Amino acid sequence: MQEVLEEYLRQDMLPHMWCPGCGNGIVLHSLIRALHDLALERQKVVVVAGIGCAGRAAGYLNLDTVHSTHGRALAFATGVKLANPDLSVVVIMGDGDAAAIGGNHLIHAARRDIDVTAIVFNNSIYGMTGGQQSPLTPEQSITTTAPGGTAQRPFDLPQLARGAGAGFVGRATTFHHDLLTKLIRDGVVHPGFALVEAITYCPTAFGRQNKMGSPAEGLRWQRDHFVDISKYLRLSDDDRKGKQPMGLVFQGEETGLPHYPYN
Amino acid sequence: MGPAVVHVNEKRCKGCGICLTLCPRRVFSPDERGKVKVSRAERCAGCMICDNLCPDLAITVYPAKEGREGGQSGPPAV
Repeated sequence: MQEVLEEYLRQDMLPHMWCPGCGNGIVLHSLIRALHDLALERQKVVVVAGIGCAGRAAGYLNLDTVHSTHGRALAFATGVKLANPDLSVVVIMGDGDAAAIGGNHLIHAARRDIDVTAIVFNNSIYGMTGGQQSPLTPEQSITTTAPGGTAQRPFDLPQLARGAGAGFVGRATTFHHDLLTKLIRDGVVHPGFALVEAITYCPTAFGRQNKMGSPAEGLRWQRDHFVDISKYLRLSDDDRKGKQPMGLVFQGEETGLPHYPYN
Repeated sequence: MGPAVVHVNEKRCKGCGICLTLCPRRVFSPDERGKVKVSRAERCAGCMICDNLCPDLAITVYPAKEGREGGQSGPPAV
């Protein structure tokens, strides 16, 4: 991490508690780069986090932070923004935090178009509690609660947020960290609710159960399975198998019926 | 000395091996404590992959001082 970014970290809290190779640290790095690029006054930024591995990110940021309750980070963030609309509010949630426990907060924050930026650290699993299935666990994945493979489809979080009325929706992986940084930056600038899904690799709870290999192999998996939306749209149905779109899914101000750039 | 200088913060490194595997110039090697050390510093091209992808925020790539040879791929502006 570049020296100029170190001032965004609480030095006495490091090294962090995430497992070796956990992608959350890469998302944290991208968030710090985005905030630095925006040159926001540090006193004007508030980070609100939920519970779980991702929620611990708030503790490492040398900003005004709230480590809130499970699934309710967006409710706390709404209050922060209401009390002082001049603040830039960034919300950090995990996939279970955002889509299961806080699923209603997510869709209603999007519907109300609250001007906060929600970053969902999607590591596909409940990592901290031992690898249970979350609503974003890919189909057929092995989890502690689905030892024979998950039977249900996961949410497509960008489409869920867009359907609920979010005006800025993006997705990037930790391997594509420059895209992730750009999406976070543009999401913070966007006047209204912004959601950025950050795909991260959990080598301990997800990778081990699904035999996906080392942290570096997880990053290579992201490189090989995510393609930019513009490219994804040009792929044939056969070529789309196993690929997932990423990039800026939607940006606009009109609400109403969503139109999906990928079908 | 290559076009960039790599530094690993030993206190933060947890030895996950991402830099070891993804560095295109094989600048790093494991040390005896399971962490990572810079063993071939002169080969670093300054591509920043390790800096940006280190999950422990432990690696910093500094551009080498001006006047060094090479420099065809100095670190991009962040």
